Order: sequence, then C-alpha cells, then structure tokens
Amino acid sequence: MKFLGFIVVCLTGTLLLYGTGEFPDWGDPDSPASIHLSNYYIEKAVEETQVPNLVTAVLADYRGFDTMFETAVVFCAGLACFLLLRDFREKKERFYRHTPTRVILHVKDSKKVLKTGKEFEHMDKDWVPSDLIIRTVCRILIPFIQIYALYVVAHGDFSPGGGFQGGVIFGSSLILLAISYDLKTLVRRIKEKVLGIYAALGVLIYVGIGAICMAMGGNFLDYSKLVPIVPGDPHHIRALGMLGVEIGVGIAVTAAMVIIYINIVSEGKHDEGL
Amino acid sequence: MTDLLPLIVAKYNYWLYVILMMIGLYAMIAKNNLIKKLVGMNIFQTAIILFYVSIGYKRDATIPIIQNAHGGHDAHNAVIHAADYINPLPHVLMLTAIVVSVATFGVAMALAVRIYQRYQTLEEDELRMRLVDIGPEK
Repeated sequence: MKFLGFIVVCLTGTLLLYGTGEFPDWGDPDSPASIHLSNYYIEKAVEETQVPNLVTAVLADYRGFDTMFETAVVFCAGLACFLLLRDFREKKERFYRHTPTRVILHVKDSKKVLKTGKEFEHMDKDWVPSDLIIRTVCRILIPFIQIYALYVVAHGDFSPGGGFQGGVIFGSSLILLAISYDLKTLVRRIKEKVLGIYAALGVLIYVGIGAICMAMGGNFLDYSKLVPIVPGDPHHIRALGMLGVEIGVGIAVTAAMVIIYINIVSEGKHDEGL
Repeated sequence: MTDLLPLIVAKYNYWLYVILMMIGLYAMIAKNNLIKKLVGMNIFQTAIILFYVSIGYKRDATIPIIQNAHGGHDAHNAVIHAADYINPLPHVLMLTAIVVSVATFGVAMALAVRIYQRYQTLEEDELRMRLVDIGPEK
C-alpha cells in the first residue's frame, strides 16, 4: 500500500510539474491573474470605498456575500464540534482538594457532591502544580494580546488586519488562559451559553447589516444605503459598514475558536483538559 | 537537461509547492494513523495557500494598501498604478481559506476524538479489525 501510494504521488507530482511549464514566471506583472479584475480593484477601490487596505475592501465589500458564508462556515464548524463532542452526563468520579490542608479527596460515588467554596475546590484528575512563572507571565500578557486583537479588528480598514485575524488573536488569548491556568478557569469566566450566543451573534451582525441595507432600499450589503441611520461623514459610509461587518466576523471567529478548543481538549465534558 | 535548469529557476516557487503538496498527499494516502493523515491534509492545504499567494506577487510592487489614500501632500493628484501594488484577490481568497481550514481541522479533530472514544484506537488497520468485530451497529 505504501509503495503503491508512493508511485501514485510520484506520478501526480510529475504531472503537476510538467504543467508548471505553462505557468507565468515568478513575480511576472503580466501574469493572467493580475491583468483582469485585480487592476480594477487596485485603481478604483479607494475612490469607491474610501478604504486604503485593498484586501479588506475586496473582502468585505466587493466579495461581501462570499465572506458572509465563510463566517457561516466557521460558525457551523463550532456547532459541529459542539454537537459531535458535547457530553452532558455527570462524571462518575470526582476529585476535590481541601484547601487549608491540601488533602485530596477522591469521590467515587457520583451522587455525592461536595459543596465547593472556601473549604473544598474541584481538581483535575491528572493535576500537576502549575508553574508560577508561566501563570504570571500569561496573566500579564493576556490583556495586551486582547487589546492588540481589538486593534487589529478596528484598524482592518487601514492596515493589515480585519475580523478574521483579530478574532483568531482574541480567541487564542482565551485559549492561552485555559492552557496556563486550567480549563475550569476559562469556563467559569465565559459560560458555554455565552460563547454559543456570541458565535450566533457575530453571524447575525453580518447578516443584519446586509438586511438593513436591503430594508433601506438598496441591494444586500450595499453599505451606501446606510447613510440616513449612521452618524458621521457620509463620504466614509462604506468604510463604516465594513467595520461593522468585520466586528461581526471577529465575534463569530473568537467564539467558534474557543468552542472548538474547549470541546476537543475536554472531550465534550467541559471540566478538565490541557 | 540544459534547458530544464532555467525553467526550474524561473518557476522554482511552483516546484516547491508541488513538492510540499506531494508530501501532504503521500501522508494522506500512506500513513496509518488518522492524526498523521490530518497533518498531511494541513500540509496539502498550506501548499495550495502558498501557491495562491505567490500568483499574486508582482516584481517591484508593494503590499496592497494604498499609500496616502486620505490626505498626504499629493494625495488627490496622485494616480494609482496597478503595477505598483500586488494583486489583492489571492490574499482575500486565502485569508478566508486559512480560517476555514482551521475550522475544518477542528471538526476533523472532533471526529477523531469520537472515533477514539468508541474504538480506543486511531490506527487505521486496527480500526478496520474492530469494525469487523463489532459490526455496523452495536
């Protein structure tokens, strides 16, 4: 099987390499990809949308419909992870730590639930004492990562960035919290329901902005029709519309990333993980 | 052979991507472990993403962010030349492709977790044996 696979791979590779002979050279300005539509985008996008970052302009305005469904794909991935893995059954055995004495209790009867609070606290099965240095560094870093993520979302119109990138950075800051402390800390701070609502809310913001444009008498996602209801310079209305859409994308991506992470590391139990 | 070398030098980017893509394809076909297959799939996707980004590149051009778009000393009489900025379209397509690939990778990992929960293995030959033992539905 391995030998057969190797032969197939070699044949496919040779065929593809043979095909590259017809391709444009590396960095050729007159390659077919760069002479049709992209020249229009480069020359007209600033004039039409007032957004200097062409990638954002094409992503959120010219190809806004496509991006809406990309966001829906991310939302569906989070939903699929939840449906595949989420397990609401109670755990058979639990571990508690008696805080003053640091004695660990192993409760095998699933009906016996100790009240956690000042005296007892929940503990993971394979708990190791977490490192003070890692905890401290992550605690200091996480707020800065989150501020940077918000910056990336907000400046997506003017510098490299946007909803997808900012959302992933924000989601990774929350995942860093779960890695450096433990999963319970993250789940305690952001409830599962809130994450689900955020994931749906992000897609809803995107679709809602499109629907409002339609209600104001324009096409779906035609931001120029938002002028009567959005305060500010009507000249920059398309940039503002794109910003709103990017915020929606950022929220959806953040929530979907965290949902995927929590469900995979805890096998759907949401109690202990990496 | 003498005319093959300049061809490779002019299009070495495609050669690299084809090699990377074939590494991913080989991992997807020949590896026995499901996680290793997923890693192969990710390598394959990365090769395609790099390929797309490289088509957008133009010699002597800068990133697709228009300079001095709002203000600047000669903003309004400056003409934007398409040859000065690289093609933004492949970047847009790959930006969404990266996020979607992460999302699909997450779903694939979730499926792998479920398979492991049920069959206690991720090796393909052992899985096939256990499927025969257990039958289609227990």
